[in-house]
Amino acid sequence: MSSMDKNRRQLIGAGVAAAAGLVIAPGVTLLDLAHARPADQAADGTKRWGMLVDTNKCASGCNDCVSACGKENGVVSTGHPETDPQWIRKVELKEIKSGKTHSLPMMCQHCAEPPCVDVCPTGASFKRADGIVLVDRHICIGCRYCMMACPYKARSFVHEELHDQNPEVPRGKGCVEGCTLCVHRIDKDQLPACVEACKAAGHEAILFGDLNDANSEIAKRIATYASTQVRADLNLNTGVRYQGI
Amino acid sequence: MNNPATFNWKIALKWLGAAFTAVMLLAGAPISGAGEHKIDAKGDKCVSDTDFMRRNHMTLLKHQRDDTMRKGIRTTQNSLKGCIECHASPKNNSVIGTNENFCQGCHSYAAVKLDCFECHSSKPKAASVAPHVVVQTRTNEAAQLQASAANTVEGSK
Repeated sequence: MSSMDKNRRQLIGAGVAAAAGLVIAPGVTLLDLAHARPADQAADGTKRWGMLVDTNKCASGCNDCVSACGKENGVVSTGHPETDPQWIRKVELKEIKSGKTHSLPMMCQHCAEPPCVDVCPTGASFKRADGIVLVDRHICIGCRYCMMACPYKARSFVHEELHDQNPEVPRGKGCVEGCTLCVHRIDKDQLPACVEACKAAGHEAILFGDLNDANSEIAKRIATYASTQVRADLNLNTGVRYQGI
Repeated sequence: MNNPATFNWKIALKWLGAAFTAVMLLAGAPISGAGEHKIDAKGDKCVSDTDFMRRNHMTLLKHQRDDTMRKGIRTTQNSLKGCIECHASPKNNSVIGTNENFCQGCHSYAAVKLDCFECHSSKPKAASVAPHVVVQTRTNEAAQLQASAANTVEGSK
């Protein structure tokens, strides 16, 4: 009986291993068995999170990424559109000569050399080791220098008191904020909300991944196809790249 | 000679009694005050002794806050989210709101301003999001970007 048990367990174990890995060839798996960084381990510089937006796949008029971001991070309208915070927005582009139109999401580009960090007088605006540019609201004095420095207009100031925030995304009046690349989700090995929403809508226009890992899908695509950094002339080395503009 | 001595003794006793009463009032008040405050908690036991937590919770939280914000260390031992999950009142599902709530009760008693919850949610569960999500694009900006992108495209050709 004990040997039968053992055999059964071995069989189950082998089945689980095969199902989890879906091994196609040695070293190549269908499912990426990425493991989330342990909670007690700091983000390290071996990774650099980034996104590649394929504007050919991004549907004009689709706002799913923007609404998913709003839902995830609690960025809701206060009824004052002039001053409402905005973490991500859809931009429609049109080449004047040919009339070709593009649609793309524009948000914090998570620069390697972020101007917002350069100008911050308190050190609140900072770049995490894995390349995510954030605002430490505990230290932010709301001077809005970073908003002026950002070439992408990616940051907003919170003008009104907020209630019922997402427990994982603290936000409040008097601080500057912007796209966090859904850092609270990345730390749990989940995709940013906009990426997930784009996937759910069937567009798959936003690819998220580690730019430093040569084997990641995003790094491979950037190495293979032409991609653009918006305002590449500023040499900011953005973490968000665009394809097709 | 005896009389004044007896008189002094009585006076001294009175003073001692008064002093003792005063000391008891001063020392006893905070103890009884804090003791009266009901501690709402879902778990059996806090991450540290009550005495230690009363004096040092702010240091633990501040340390954790920097670790989480700057380095992405998300251990739950000293996280504010963890505190809230355990200490939220079953009445209003929050740690603030009335003086019966865990955080506000003690902070209003000690007259220490509590500003964590101007940004952090005071409720444990995922907050409901209002229906009006920001979706509009800023038209002026879109036009500007449109122009610059058109140039970029033209330039790359």
